[in-house]
Amino acid sequence: MNRFTCKEDLIEARRTFAEHLSRQKKKVLVCAETGCVAGGSLEIFDRLKALCAERGVNCSFELGHGLEGESIGLKKSGCHGFCEMGPLVRIEPAGWLFLKVKLEDCEEILETSIIGDKPVKRLLFQQDGVIYPTQEEIPFYKKQTRLVRSHCGHTDAESIEEYIANDGYKALETALFDLSPDDICREISEAGLRGRGGGGYPAGQKWEQVKRHKETIKYVICNGDEGDPGAFMDRSIMEGDPHRMLEGMIIAGIATGAQNGYIYVRAEYPLAVKRLKIAIEQAEKYGLLGHHILGTDFSFTIKINQGAGAFVCGEGSALTASIEGNRGMPRVKPPRTVEQGLFAKPTVLNNVETFANVPIIINISAAEYRKIGTANSPGTKVFSLTGNVKSTGLIEVPMGTTLREIVFEIGGGVKDDKAFKAVQIGGPSGGCLTDEYLDLPIDFDSIKKVGAIMGSGGLVVLDETTCMVEVARFFMNFTQKESCGKCVPCREGTRAMLNILERIVSGKGEPEDIDILLDLEDTISATSLCGLGKTAGSPVVSTIKYFRDEYIAHVYDKKCPAKICQALKSISIDASLCRGCGKCSQICPVGAISGEIKKAFTIDGTKCIKCEACISTCKFNAILEE
Amino acid sequence: MEKQKKETLEQILLSCNYEKTALIAIMQKVQHEYSYLPRQALEYIAKKLDISPAKIYSVATFYENFSLEPKGKYVIRVCDGTACHVRKSIPILNALRENLALSEDKKTTDDMLFTVETVSCLGACGLAPVISINDEVNAAMTPEKVRTYLEEIKTEAKKEAKIRE
Repeated sequence: MNRFTCKEDLIEARRTFAEHLSRQKKKVLVCAETGCVAGGSLEIFDRLKALCAERGVNCSFELGHGLEGESIGLKKSGCHGFCEMGPLVRIEPAGWLFLKVKLEDCEEILETSIIGDKPVKRLLFQQDGVIYPTQEEIPFYKKQTRLVRSHCGHTDAESIEEYIANDGYKALETALFDLSPDDICREISEAGLRGRGGGGYPAGQKWEQVKRHKETIKYVICNGDEGDPGAFMDRSIMEGDPHRMLEGMIIAGIATGAQNGYIYVRAEYPLAVKRLKIAIEQAEKYGLLGHHILGTDFSFTIKINQGAGAFVCGEGSALTASIEGNRGMPRVKPPRTVEQGLFAKPTVLNNVETFANVPIIINISAAEYRKIGTANSPGTKVFSLTGNVKSTGLIEVPMGTTLREIVFEIGGGVKDDKAFKAVQIGGPSGGCLTDEYLDLPIDFDSIKKVGAIMGSGGLVVLDETTCMVEVARFFMNFTQKESCGKCVPCREGTRAMLNILERIVSGKGEPEDIDILLDLEDTISATSLCGLGKTAGSPVVSTIKYFRDEYIAHVYDKKCPAKICQALKSISIDASLCRGCGKCSQICPVGAISGEIKKAFTIDGTKCIKCEACISTCKFNAILEE
Repeated sequence: MEKQKKETLEQILLSCNYEKTALIAIMQKVQHEYSYLPRQALEYIAKKLDISPAKIYSVATFYENFSLEPKGKYVIRVCDGTACHVRKSIPILNALRENLALSEDKKTTDDMLFTVETVSCLGACGLAPVISINDEVNAAMTPEKVRTYLEEIKTEAKKEAKIRE
């Protein structure tokens, strides 16, 4: 099909592609995202393809010309979210989701479910003896509302035709032909769309401010520098449904009068970069990007810039500095990015998930969008649910969902049935929420009130075996490494805080350390230039607030209640259980264990490096760890 | 500088239209070619783009991904993101370092076969703990599994060396 030169071309194409799609009587979707690819999903796809050819099953791989008659659509899809259960294969329209698929399962899938009409039962989700035939019934999916991620896992991630067939670029059509830039900004404002990157700033206001500028050159930047460790929501959208995000960016261009867009992607996401490149080429081919989009006077281009490994580049002014080819260091504000952003021009900067929400709002209207979520935070939020939880992966829930629903219903509870301790939310700038907040409906404002932040959506579940002081040290270590060094409070302050935390976990904490930490945080947050410094101490403050007793145990009693901190462990031999076999003394790498054969052995605490090698060697469970 | 090297650099610069703002992209391409940023290459780029070597070095040293030293044939990155950390990524890192006699300061083996680094997040959190070997993500790692991988790679490398002989 050729370049669309008018609105009618796009409408006609949508009809054609949708008709093609309806001819795929069955769809086999193999997840082809980073997680499942690591599990071998691409080989599974190839095997299914080869087997179909062998058995003479008529398969189609793309929509468009040459798709005659009925066929089975075999596709590489975006992320289903249930990454821990990957590689995943979904069969539509039945809705079966096969988990942990192996190469050797392919034949059975073909015979039973593709040629036949039954699910391969042993590959379905099972819990407490119950088999869940369809994906929608699985507890992990049941409570979810998939708005932004509705295509992920259900369509071909590399096909613009399928995106168009599923009402893709319809919002662009509306924005170009039926709405004025003012209308678009108003619609986004009325929908109450708040930036999903962390701050929660109203996107409509940002757009409005850029639109008002008289400058002729303006930019739209999509922040795909998802740096929070433990978060991968944006990656899944870039990999699984890139056109939705591109469409959002183009609409931002129309609304604000910008002609050029940039996507800043982390270098750690090579597949996302590949999929975005493909998507941009496809959109250019059809004239949905480039000069005179759909025959109008509006032109818009999108370029991809890859990050080079600097967390601070998630901050607006650092990100633009990086695109300009400089060190990614934040600058003093004002002027803000909306006034002087990239190349000192007015710039709209939103993250991936925010842009992906835009076509939805234009399509369903602001009023409908507001019906989802809470009054101050409409819509859904994608979280990456990870850590010590049974079902990990990506989830999308309406704002206002409680932590209990997320952790215990969707996530299935704490892994290995250990006790729940806390949820770390908001990454290195965030804090932890303990069990007293399990029933708190979470949105931007409610989380802030209790001392954490929404952040980009990383939700890490921590169980009873997690040491909260060590968690605080972990985040401080991260922030300290990522501090760009421009302003003294952050550069020196984070180092000072890290030194203290390291001292505490190694058993050398001083009684005044806890107060010094709080004091330092107070100064750093008040005097740092950018968000990285301002929030650097948040995980520390939050853990001290809720787990002060753990700090006290480390500092005063020199004990780690969770038994995680190596230096605070003590390993000893229970003389009543020891048979004196001497195995432990042979395996000890530092010669800390001695004794006479057939008599109880002893460990020299001054030599012991707490490697625990002896514990796993002892057949009589005589070696204890405290 | 050798002619061939010059040609490679010229090609890279041309693909970025000799634009100063493309400095990071240019260095990424150079690093992709040589596995690190050779000093000669940086000086050449500085001259061609008319920016000072100091500025180039300031950018090269700012970003974590740029390396001024050559890396091994197999670059192993241990993810120490939050999800991997709470699912015990450090024992994996220790196992790798121990097996290859590496440390936080010494990241590459003397035979230039392995480089072991940490990375703050690979975004494969649902499969934690993960490592990547030359950008390929490996899921649900354990110290035992990484030791097996290392042995496999070492055996493969020995075979290759023999064939070359």
